[in-house]
Amino acid sequence: MTTREMGHDAAPRVSFFNDPVIRGIIYQVVVAVILIGFIFWIVGNTAANLAAQNKTNGFDFLWKTAGFDISFALLPWSRASYYWEALLVGITNTLLVAFIGIVFATMLGFTIGVARLSSNFIVARLAAVYIETIRNIPLLLQLFFWYFAVLKTMPAVRQSIALPFDSFINQRGIMVPRPTPDQEFGWVMVAIVVALIVAGVIGGWAARIRTRTGRYPVQIVWPGKLADAVVTFLVAFVALVVLLGVVFPIASFVPVSAIVAAAVALGSLTRYAAIAKAALTFFVAFVLCNALLGFMFSWVPSLMVSLISALIALVLGQVVYSNTANRPPSDARFPLALLVLIIVGVPALVYWLTGATLAFEVPVLERFNFKGGLQLPPEFVALAFGLTIYTASFIAETVRAGIQAVNRGQTEAAQSLGLKDGDRLRLVIVPQAMRVIIPPLTSQYLNLTKNSSLGAAIGYPELFNVFGGTSISQSGRAIECMAIIMVVYLTFSLITSAIMNWYNARVRLVER
Amino acid sequence: MSQVSETIVEREIDTSHMQVSKTEVAIDVINMHKWYGDFHVLRDINLRVMKGERIVIAGPSGSGKSTLIRCINRLEEHQEGQIIVNGTELTADLKRIDEVRREVGMVFQHFNLFPHLTILQNLTLAPIWVRGIPKAEAEATAMHYLERVKIPEQANKFPGQLSGGQQQRVAIARSLCMQPRIMLFDEPTSALDPEMVKEVLEVMISLAEEGMTMICVTHEMGFARQVANRVIFMDQGQIIEQNEPEEFFSNPQHERTKLFLSQILH
Amino acid sequence: MTDITYVRPSLVEARPAPRSTTGVLAWLQKNLFATPTDAVLTLFGALFLLWAVPPLVNFVFINAVGINGTVEECRVETAGACWAYVWSEMEFFIYGFYDMSELWRPNIVFALGAALLIPLLIPKVPFKRTNALLLLIVFPVISYYLLAGGVFGLKPMPTEKWGGLLVTLIISAVGIIVSFPLGIILALGRQSKMPVIKMLCIGFIELVRAVPLITILFMASIMLPLFMPQGTTVDKLLRALVGVTLFSAAYVAEIVRGGLQAIPRGQYEAAASLGLSYWKQMYFIILPQALKHVIPGIVNNAIALFKDTSLVYIVGMKDLLEAVKTKNDTALEWQSGNTATTGYLFAAAVFWMFCFSMSRYSMFMERRLNTGYKR
Repeated sequence: MTTREMGHDAAPRVSFFNDPVIRGIIYQVVVAVILIGFIFWIVGNTAANLAAQNKTNGFDFLWKTAGFDISFALLPWSRASYYWEALLVGITNTLLVAFIGIVFATMLGFTIGVARLSSNFIVARLAAVYIETIRNIPLLLQLFFWYFAVLKTMPAVRQSIALPFDSFINQRGIMVPRPTPDQEFGWVMVAIVVALIVAGVIGGWAARIRTRTGRYPVQIVWPGKLADAVVTFLVAFVALVVLLGVVFPIASFVPVSAIVAAAVALGSLTRYAAIAKAALTFFVAFVLCNALLGFMFSWVPSLMVSLISALIALVLGQVVYSNTANRPPSDARFPLALLVLIIVGVPALVYWLTGATLAFEVPVLERFNFKGGLQLPPEFVALAFGLTIYTASFIAETVRAGIQAVNRGQTEAAQSLGLKDGDRLRLVIVPQAMRVIIPPLTSQYLNLTKNSSLGAAIGYPELFNVFGGTSISQSGRAIECMAIIMVVYLTFSLITSAIMNWYNARVRLVER
Repeated sequence: MSQVSETIVEREIDTSHMQVSKTEVAIDVINMHKWYGDFHVLRDINLRVMKGERIVIAGPSGSGKSTLIRCINRLEEHQEGQIIVNGTELTADLKRIDEVRREVGMVFQHFNLFPHLTILQNLTLAPIWVRGIPKAEAEATAMHYLERVKIPEQANKFPGQLSGGQQQRVAIARSLCMQPRIMLFDEPTSALDPEMVKEVLEVMISLAEEGMTMICVTHEMGFARQVANRVIFMDQGQIIEQNEPEEFFSNPQHERTKLFLSQILH
Repeated sequence: MTDITYVRPSLVEARPAPRSTTGVLAWLQKNLFATPTDAVLTLFGALFLLWAVPPLVNFVFINAVGINGTVEECRVETAGACWAYVWSEMEFFIYGFYDMSELWRPNIVFALGAALLIPLLIPKVPFKRTNALLLLIVFPVISYYLLAGGVFGLKPMPTEKWGGLLVTLIISAVGIIVSFPLGIILALGRQSKMPVIKMLCIGFIELVRAVPLITILFMASIMLPLFMPQGTTVDKLLRALVGVTLFSAAYVAEIVRGGLQAIPRGQYEAAASLGLSYWKQMYFIILPQALKHVIPGIVNNAIALFKDTSLVYIVGMKDLLEAVKTKNDTALEWQSGNTATTGYLFAAAVFWMFCFSMSRYSMFMERRLNTGYKR
């Protein structure tokens, strides 16, 4: 058909309506007219409805006194505060619960996602059961469960359940000690920041020297060994004190612990380092296992628990022994212990030198309620917990998909080059997997933030609850409040996608 | 089997360095069996590779050729028999596996370059982190091998920007940077367009001319004729026949070998 | 003949793998005790199961009060789940306030829905087109009149009385089905070359996706009446349906857009070169391919939507979850320590069953379609 028309000199006149450009314009005009008409109709109806209900409109209410209570606020809040302050309280409460949820959901999600791919049958199955159970049950149902079925059925205040570290749980939430730092404690905070920076600089420098010369610098190796011994001593000492003071109490356990820990630490400097490390592992693993299993199986005789813990600790000790025996020479090892010592040790030193105190105000049960301490309301706990558990199942799937997206050939290539498992993960697999994981991970973060609006259903005063629920019923400005809420969420979303676009452009694999 | 081509590189092969040692054993595979689940994929493999040998393994697809060389650097584990590489027997012991992998280079059908690293970073990664070679030295070595495979100008590009043939040459250079004593090639030209096959074969031939011990799984019968000192024919997971290339192609003994050759050579 | 010449005299027969690599012990060795670290992990996993499973089994089965039990048994200190409560309130959980004497009507709807849906899901059953038409067009009409009544002498039953699982299923089914064509239109609009239409679609999709469903439902619940001419009342169920459907349509649009982008340019060009009009190109060439790609995404969206129906409490509908919560809070005659837990456990089990089967079905379909590609 086209060939026949090729002979024509002039293009045939296109009929007016068949010209795609004109047709497009007509369509668009029609749609625009309909839309504008629709908007006018809605605005007219709304105005009439509002007039009939004697309601005013406008954003002036933001500067009026709110006159309601908010049960939980990070910012100062009273009944005399203004509506715009209520908005800020709502936003900060949303961000607080979202931030906490994101941190914990990321940790839990990555753990479960990696566990899902474990070659260990039980571990992989447990992770799969977690994921398949949690993500197929509505979040709201889970929140109701945690709030109404778990936290609200906790005992009354007088029968509070004591948790470790002077914390209590009861119907009114979780009471934890409130840190009350004094003036000098500011120096400790400074020291923590400085120590982190110094450790980062030293670590980066060591790694650079390592790539440039093939060896870690001598200036690092010896302090590193020394720091290793110090850390070994401290950890061994604490573990032994617990072991000998609590688990198998003996008299004069402190000096005995100190002597044994010193022996272990010195041993870790000699060529018997493998034995010393194995001993250290044994102490720590035994203490931890014993505590954990003792808590989980309180009905099992403690001798039995100790035996199983000892068995586990022995196996782990053996693993550490063979790893240490096969480890590269000290100038080819990253000086992790030195960095740990700097990060922990420098602030501790400053704390001691400046005489700063970090007291904890412990919650105390008085006649009717707890006094002092920090009270985490059950709404907050339930929401943070529910969001964490729920989102973790999605993050786990994201992580699994990301790791699986790295071609199997990459692992084989790395192995055939002789890279050890740690280096293979660090240099080849993780950088590639993260490119796949981060975009969906960010949208999970955004989902978590949006889902925190379900806190309204259990009474947590987040943005929607404060500004959509209470403010609307108090001020009657439904349209304005909803518009503000939507703008806030839209802003969250736009910021996230801007960050995402920047990241994607940065890490995109270069192709032909 | 229509994709099998008879690419022949038109130049004289310099055989002066191609000496097969009479005494030094590079790889010894003894009565080796392997199963995938209940599928008997390798059956009674016996193969002694002397230092300096250039071996081509041929056979229909699914005959276990790739599996065999993947067992040699323990990308797959065998269930019975022994594999001894440079005097180290392969067992579950990680230390031994590391030892063997450091001495054995491997080139894959799909190159398996690291897409997030530049060509130069691909080449220096293992020397720096496995051998602890200073970066400058590792980069010098890398450039040396990139020149050998004739693409030094691509050093700062990413794998995705290179053609298939170039990627495969980078992959060979990457293995060489670890200075292996033995090279394994797993169908290195099967994923390449015909015009790129030759540039990869050129590199492999020049390696052979330097006396590298090589085992190649390939359908390039021209390469087998020109370079190999021994051709092994595998079918159904076992070594059916082996011979010098001349004998192998002109006078196959086993029925299966004849059938296979009649299918791929016209 | 040289010394390397070798010809295998007789072929080695395949033999089964040695017991040490295939038996139960080998499996255990490989999957549970491959390394010492693995053994420790296995031990911890086993201890965790030992710690978590028996109390769970005790609560749900062994110490539980069966469906014929009494509230006194539920109030015993050691009692587990109180299934008697769930059983006695089952009608409310499934139908809400629907009249007891009229329960046969929703029952017919359930039966009819299942009878039409199940053959549609089984690939081998014929008459797919007729079946789909019946399910998507005839069935909703029949169901509406059957449930709402007011015709053929059926007792009128206002939507305020509907509730429980019935509402959950209605909202999710309507949401899933109606949002599908809406989403396709939005996706096509977003790809359109006409700037006005394109901007409109992008604006709608991005705005809806940026805000939580709860705000959309809230809008539907308090804004919709404001937007309507004075005196019009909008049915609560309809509000929920509008909110959920619009919300879901934005997500479907993005999923479909992904599918459209996966179609190679050549397909568009080939379709255009055949002289097909835009809508014919889409209907015959592009959408059939794109929609095949997006089945997993659509099902995931359906699962999310099904879970999200639990938010319609905000417009005052009593869906399954809200029905359970209401009874947990108000059924004083069943008050006991475990009543609430049992109620939520029941609701969770129902939701889980539906979502899990949807995800399994989508995996099944994905595999089927994939094999179709390979051939």
